[in-house]
Amino acid sequence: MKSLRLFLSQNLGLLLAIAMFAVLYAFYVSQYPNWGMNVVLQNGNETLALILVGMAQTMAVIVGGLDLSVGPLMTLTNCFGSIVMAGTGGSVVLGIIACMALGTACGFMNGCIIVYGRIQPIIATLATGAIFLGLALLLRPSPGGSIDGDFAWAFTNDINELGYTYGWWEDLGFFGKIPLQPIYLILIVLLVWVPFKRSVTGRGAYAIGSNAHAAYMSGVRIDRSKIAAFTLAGFFAGCAGIYLTMQMGSGNADAPQAAEYTLRSIATVVIGGTSLYGGTGGVIGTIFGALVLRSISFIFRVVPESAPLGFVASPLLQPFFEGLILLVAVSLGAARVFRVKNRLSLFS
Amino acid sequence: MPEGATAAQAAYLEMRGISKNYGGVHALSNVDFSARRGSIHAVLGENGAGKSTLIKIVSGVVAPSTGTLHLDGKPVEFRTPLEANAAGVVCIFQELSLMPDLSVADNISITAPPRTKLGLIDGRAQRRRAEELLARVGCEDIDPRERVKNLPLSRRQMVEIAKALGRNPTLLILDEATSALTGTDVEKVYGILHALRKDGLCLLYISHRMHEIEELADTCSVFRNGQHIETFAAGAHSHDDIVQLMIGRDWSNVFPEKPKWDTPPAPALEVENLTWAPTLNNLTLSVGKGEIVGVGGLDGQGQRELLLALFGVLRGVGGTMKIDGRPVKLGSPAEAKQPENGIALIPEDRKTEGLMLPMSVAENITIAALPWLTKGLVIDQSAEADKIREMVERMQIKAGDLDQEVANLSGGNQQKVVIAKWLLTGARIILLNDPTRGIDVGTKQEIYALLRGLAADGASILFYTTDYDELIGCCDRVLILYDGAIVRELTGEALTETNIIASSLNLPSERTSAEAAR
Amino acid sequence: MSLRIDKPILIGLVFIVIILAAGTSYTIATQGTATFISPNYLMQQLHFGAFLGMTAAGMMMVILLGHIDLSVPWTLTTSAMVASAIGGMEGNVAGLLVGLTVGLVNGIGVAVLRVPSMIFTLGVNTVLLGCMVMLTGGHAPQSAATDLMLFLGRDRTFEIPHSVVVWALLSACLVYVLNRTPLGRYMYAIGNQEAAAYLSGVRTRLVIIASFMMCSLCAAIAGLSLAGYSARAFQAMGDQYLLPSIAAVVLGGTNILGGSGRYSGTVVGVILIVLLQSMLSIMQMDEAYRQIIYGAVIILMLLIYSRGRKAAA
Repeated sequence: MKSLRLFLSQNLGLLLAIAMFAVLYAFYVSQYPNWGMNVVLQNGNETLALILVGMAQTMAVIVGGLDLSVGPLMTLTNCFGSIVMAGTGGSVVLGIIACMALGTACGFMNGCIIVYGRIQPIIATLATGAIFLGLALLLRPSPGGSIDGDFAWAFTNDINELGYTYGWWEDLGFFGKIPLQPIYLILIVLLVWVPFKRSVTGRGAYAIGSNAHAAYMSGVRIDRSKIAAFTLAGFFAGCAGIYLTMQMGSGNADAPQAAEYTLRSIATVVIGGTSLYGGTGGVIGTIFGALVLRSISFIFRVVPESAPLGFVASPLLQPFFEGLILLVAVSLGAARVFRVKNRLSLFS
Repeated sequence: MPEGATAAQAAYLEMRGISKNYGGVHALSNVDFSARRGSIHAVLGENGAGKSTLIKIVSGVVAPSTGTLHLDGKPVEFRTPLEANAAGVVCIFQELSLMPDLSVADNISITAPPRTKLGLIDGRAQRRRAEELLARVGCEDIDPRERVKNLPLSRRQMVEIAKALGRNPTLLILDEATSALTGTDVEKVYGILHALRKDGLCLLYISHRMHEIEELADTCSVFRNGQHIETFAAGAHSHDDIVQLMIGRDWSNVFPEKPKWDTPPAPALEVENLTWAPTLNNLTLSVGKGEIVGVGGLDGQGQRELLLALFGVLRGVGGTMKIDGRPVKLGSPAEAKQPENGIALIPEDRKTEGLMLPMSVAENITIAALPWLTKGLVIDQSAEADKIREMVERMQIKAGDLDQEVANLSGGNQQKVVIAKWLLTGARIILLNDPTRGIDVGTKQEIYALLRGLAADGASILFYTTDYDELIGCCDRVLILYDGAIVRELTGEALTETNIIASSLNLPSERTSAEAAR
Repeated sequence: MSLRIDKPILIGLVFIVIILAAGTSYTIATQGTATFISPNYLMQQLHFGAFLGMTAAGMMMVILLGHIDLSVPWTLTTSAMVASAIGGMEGNVAGLLVGLTVGLVNGIGVAVLRVPSMIFTLGVNTVLLGCMVMLTGGHAPQSAATDLMLFLGRDRTFEIPHSVVVWALLSACLVYVLNRTPLGRYMYAIGNQEAAAYLSGVRTRLVIIASFMMCSLCAAIAGLSLAGYSARAFQAMGDQYLLPSIAAVVLGGTNILGGSGRYSGTVVGVILIVLLQSMLSIMQMDEAYRQIIYGAVIILMLLIYSRGRKAAA
């Protein structure tokens, strides 16, 4: 019982995010005329890139910083991917690996500039973001490139389609209806995030975010953990770009989209319960933060104009309500302000 | 009784010709120092004497400018705390090295945790390790999974000690490691340190508390102005001799004379049934004009919260407060400092609560009184400059260029800046939260004289300190807090160390004629 | 405060000279004329750069406290749209009121609710975007800029653009506030150590609210002027000002974590960025190369600053 109580008290933000998502998505399902696995598939398709960018941002936030280059890096990998992933068969796989390498290398560069250049993350990534965007524009001055249609289709749908497109299997029943996106996510989390979090380097990242000075005094390898965190951020941003390429089938150096993803990534981190001051939280929370954000958009799309809340469906009002809900969601954490009895503690 | 130093025993730690310069400041000058195994070696000295720098060099936090370090006869060079740890040198710092958001178990094994076959951290083994170490320091009640930030300061300090033990030190350094501990925990720590000495560890112990040094140390070294003055066996010098060595000149702890009250003074500050759950319970007290009232008791009995409540920092405070007979309700320090209330608070931690360290001395002095140094919407710069000069003169603040960062000043001068800041507002009710902690003896004397002078001018002073000498020497009356309530008021003949200690522990004390006769 | 010549300002001035030299050599090499440093050309750059100057001035107020304002893009746009939609003097006043109101909301969110400024202002930005989409139906606004806006943003007197004058006046006000008023002192204090400022009796919440109001008001003024320059407000007109204004403040030597920085540095930072962007455009660089060089120059300068600080320590 004690471990349950401890778990609950230490993961309040995460649980709140999960609860918010559950409520919102349930409402969405209730409003959707014929909800089924294909809808889940569509939802997942639209959400995965945001989740991955959010995961990238989480890495920077854990060490107490912020990465404003996650959107541009996603765009860069997207454009790069539209070139190297354009073949067929094995070369596509090589292309994917190349994209992952690009993302990781860029993240590593960010980490080195921040650590060895002694520059604050927010301003360093502001500058590198511009560089990434410029490189993306060099690769794709105008949208273009085409990914093998079969490949794109097979790998952005469910298991059935994957087998069907390549003639590997026909119909695997319920199992076959599982979309691939959650599977990718689970794989990335299990193979990359969990080992990182439970490694000494990964824990060092949390230590730095919690109290950098104490971490140094305790012998934590500050440089190594910080660089690792930003490198991993680059890796996740790269994965986001890869998926975007598969989803859209082409590369587009869309600067406004990059900025939008960057800012949204910060929102997903906060809604997911991770503190912007660092030292706490994690990627699971961010995943749910992204799901919450996307669920709100889905709801707007699905509520019929005739319903009592129908006015929210108007496309003109959507951005307004999205913004308002975002504001309310992130301000919920502010509720603690009213419970605080020693005002001095608000400043620490 | 611990054995005295014998030249026959070889030194385990040896420092030869160590100097450390920061810009033009000589933190350490040509220091030769050694300590042996199986010894608790106390390092004494005022603030600025070089003790912290010595410790930082030994534990790898900074590198010496010149000189060499030897461990067990071999020369060593530590570039990081990690390298020092690897050589068996472990330091328990005054500012704890714990990460508040991480669990106790994570903190204890932050470097070199037990690992699984895959090279990841083994959570279960780590938790078991934490449990073992916590048991060793007698803190089985701490759950290793608990986040450090949820533990009170005294528990955190015990975790810090457990963490240090977990690194298997051969040389253990304690820098004011017991300052926040409760009575029973302090005894536990003494026990652990004695046991470690028997095991042959070399221990360096820094503390300002003489009675701790007497309990623990077998050897003492005095530092002054960055130089090693003398090393001697415990008991070889008297208290006064030691303090003389520390400050280097003729000294006696003189407190200003206390006035005699024919009639009790008119109350300036009255508090009735002050309550703030769960820390303050129905406190009733009053401070008269011209009085210095002391607040004592063990750490953490609500003294800090009492002062914060009177200053308007706490929310949800019950009870009534009157200033000069007028009921007030304070919602913020901004309200408290208004001339009609005239309250000032000298806070606990001058570095984070009393001063803006990167800002100049001048700016720090005027920050509180700025609303009254204006001509319309603008700062009256000549009036400001006059007031600053006046304060620097009056408080004898040694700062040189007043535009330099206040961070460059010594601890004593920094505290003077904090006090000067509040004197500028013309405060008549002055609350002080342990103002002389970590301050050199000379400045302390100046502060005592200043306080008595202010009281003589009609100010009312509420003075919380952990130093019994100060309570007895400075204060007209002393209120002892226990569990958020006043358990005893000591005044006149009853104001003795025995009574203070007894009341602090909430023991019924005997007010016998034997005491009165003393 | 004493008259210290700040290192970043010095470095910034050196870079400005370098950029002027580079741009001039380019035009001499390709066109045979030193158009880059011609007063005409420079004045044109300043005319346009003044808008960034106004935005950066406001942003500095907030950064000094250790906060940030991500709602500047749509505060700017909303002020311009509201002012032109209402028209006349009422429109101008309404536009400025928009700025003050947004600043007030931001200030309350950050100072009272203690929501991190990055995330609260981000939310406000999105809400403002939503409001404008709602009101304009997603189209470009049809109404034209008011006379005052045209006067501020487009007109010149004796070849001196009014926008530059507005920027100068704004700067004078802010320098005055920062250096001569208690408010300015309190802002630096909070940026350095908010707890100590609070315990010194500074009304920290009011100071924070005031700073955010100053920032949004500057953004509103920039919006009105910019709309005057283009003769109308347009969608997303503020987006291109966010990151450059932050960069300008930081390049001017202000610490992104708050507590230190001189206003003259921000002015230098703005001029630096404006000249850099115009040099890149006069060299007819592709947007791609422009972005890369923009980012690289910022990193280079920051590296130089931090090495300078390390050497001094």
